[in-house]
Amino acid sequence: MKIGVLIKQVPDTATNIKIAANGAGIDPTGIKYVVSPYDEIAIEEGLKTKEKVGGEVVVVSLGPVRCVEAIRTGLAMGADKGIHIDDAGVVVDSYLTARILASVLEKENFDILFVGKQAADNDCAQVGPMVAEFLGWPQVTVVEKIELNEARSGAVVARRVGGGAKEIYDVSLPAVIAVEKGLNNPRYASLPGIMKAKSKPLTTLKAADLVGGEKARVEVTHYRLPPERPEGRILKGEAEQVVPELVRLLREEAKVI
Amino acid sequence: MGNVLILTEHQNGHLKKVSFELASKASELASHMGGEVQAVVIGSHVAGVSDLGKYGVKKIFTLFEASLEKYNTENYAAILSHIIQEHRPDIVLAVAGPMGKDLLPRVAARLKTGLMTDCTDLKMEGGKLVATRPIYAGKAFVDVKIPESTPQMATIRPNSFPIHERGGGAQVIPVVIPLGETRARMKEVVQGAHQGVDLTEAEVVVAGGRSLKSAENFKLLEELANVLGGAVGASRAAVDSGYVSHDIQVGQTGKTVNPKLYIACGISGAIQHLAGMRTSKVIVAINKDPEAPIFKKADYGIVEDLFRVVPLLTKELKKVLAE
Ligand SMILES: Cc1cc2nc3c(=O)[nH]c(=O)nc-3n(C[C@H](O)[C@H](O)[C@H](O)COP(=O)(O)OP(=O)(O)OC[C@H]3O[C@@H](n4cnc5c(N)ncnc54)[C@H](O)[C@@H]3O)c2cc1C
Ligand SMILES: Nc1ncnc2c1ncn2[C@@H]1O[C@H](COP(=O)(O)O)[C@@H](O)[C@H]1O
Repeated sequence: MKIGVLIKQVPDTATNIKIAANGAGIDPTGIKYVVSPYDEIAIEEGLKTKEKVGGEVVVVSLGPVRCVEAIRTGLAMGADKGIHIDDAGVVVDSYLTARILASVLEKENFDILFVGKQAADNDCAQVGPMVAEFLGWPQVTVVEKIELNEARSGAVVARRVGGGAKEIYDVSLPAVIAVEKGLNNPRYASLPGIMKAKSKPLTTLKAADLVGGEKARVEVTHYRLPPERPEGRILKGEAEQVVPELVRLLREEAKVI
Repeated sequence: MGNVLILTEHQNGHLKKVSFELASKASELASHMGGEVQAVVIGSHVAGVSDLGKYGVKKIFTLFEASLEKYNTENYAAILSHIIQEHRPDIVLAVAGPMGKDLLPRVAARLKTGLMTDCTDLKMEGGKLVATRPIYAGKAFVDVKIPESTPQMATIRPNSFPIHERGGGAQVIPVVIPLGETRARMKEVVQGAHQGVDLTEAEVVVAGGRSLKSAENFKLLEELANVLGGAVGASRAAVDSGYVSHDIQVGQTGKTVNPKLYIACGISGAIQHLAGMRTSKVIVAINKDPEAPIFKKADYGIVEDLFRVVPLLTKELKKVLAE
């Protein structure tokens, strides 16, 4: 099978986000970039699928030059090839990202495409379904289990929905599968893996050549930090007194119960 | 022109509360534009759809068919796109839940327009919808808009808007749209262990951490949540320790909750946990350690053993709420 994986490089989830002085973005100083956590799960699922049925795994990422590192991580984990789409000079949103990715994916003839449930920077959860629409493929999102059929023409997948419930789907391939935590435990890149990654094929394309007259639909007008919560109050005293006081405050001051 | 279309959600044949939140906000936006609110209800059978009229909806497009009982991306996308193309609303709103997050991006791509996901606030500015949404799991916020393409689409985080009754009635318009074969078919829904109030929509969340020490002890939190009509959540440490399932993990790699009241019991307040609950209106922290970071985010804190405080709190609430 030819397996595609879409990955995005994002700030490590432990990063303290600061807003740039001009307010037009976040301050990149000191940020450590990693493969978005859900995309690691997508890579792992790609590799597990290949181990089961054979084929190749191609990781694709759109972003600045630094995201070659993320692609190398994917290759070091075991992927076979990388495609970097350099976004220099192009302002993307989810829509344009999906358009550009789809224009590249169209030519690759993948049998299945794994993406993250959402990217851990903008938390949009849009690129997977949008790519599926542009490719004219079915999609299943928030997938926590996937079982390919014998003929590799389809899969049974479990999609996690509210209240711990799961929806079980029959999906025909090719399809876009957006993965959720719990599907697998991503492997670490081994030292030999890291060495090997250096000589694996990596193609670079330019987003500017692929936009096809399209542009971003969503514009960000303002970045800010969350409003500071006013200093909270520690209720002091014996539990027997403090608890009724808390209940009173929740009713009379905060008015939430 | 200036109309706002909302995609409603329902469960067990009844509209969910979040549909009325959407309707209430939509009527405020529509009144700024001199337009009206229209609603779409898709399913097999939903009772009391005309109730939407009370919250400002004027037209309700219904599609009731046995085959639509279960959600299906391709069919639902065909229906919603069709209605949008026919009625040309300026704005389309849906819930940022399992359905809206799956469906709306697909529809936006089909209509070649933009989508703003998981918004916590909406306002009109210069005739355009401006949405506020968290990024980096709530560590920052952005204002976003869709300056050129239409409709302007957004999904809304539950509990973001109050419900306002305005009175008035709505016209119910059954719609028929031919549906084709689909390539992703839902076969069944497997219910989880946690039935009842859905964590992401709950108005009250009682969450526990590693300090709960066992699955058994989570019953204490369930009792407290039940008194308040809320849901139970957990930190990742509690999930990783095997006390509860990942379905109820709150945080960066779990659920995002937006309740009126969040009660954190024995949770330290790690940045990844805060990511999932920081927009809660009121936060209560119960923790033995006065230095626990959660106290920096809490409106009310109690420095005590949770095993003492939680049962007392349940008892006190039972008493007070019965009055
Ligand atoms: C990539 C990544 C993603 C993550 N995603 C998430 C996520 O989605 N959600 C999440 O929650 N975490 C997440 N984490 C983990 C997070 O960093 C913390 O490790 C976790 O939240 C800690 O859980 P805790 O507060 O229950 O445990 P601890 O940090 O061990 O804190 C336990 C607290 O309980 C208090 N305590 C102990 N006994 C009692 C008692 N009897 N009464 C009262 N208080 C008591 C202690 O004082 C302490 O403050 C993530 C981490 C990473 C690296
Ligand atoms: N720039 C990008 N390059 C490659 N894949 C991406 C990019 N942006 C998003 N994706 C994929 O789409 C998923 C959802 O992203 P998002 O819609 O931005 O939340 C991610 O987890 C990735 O798998």
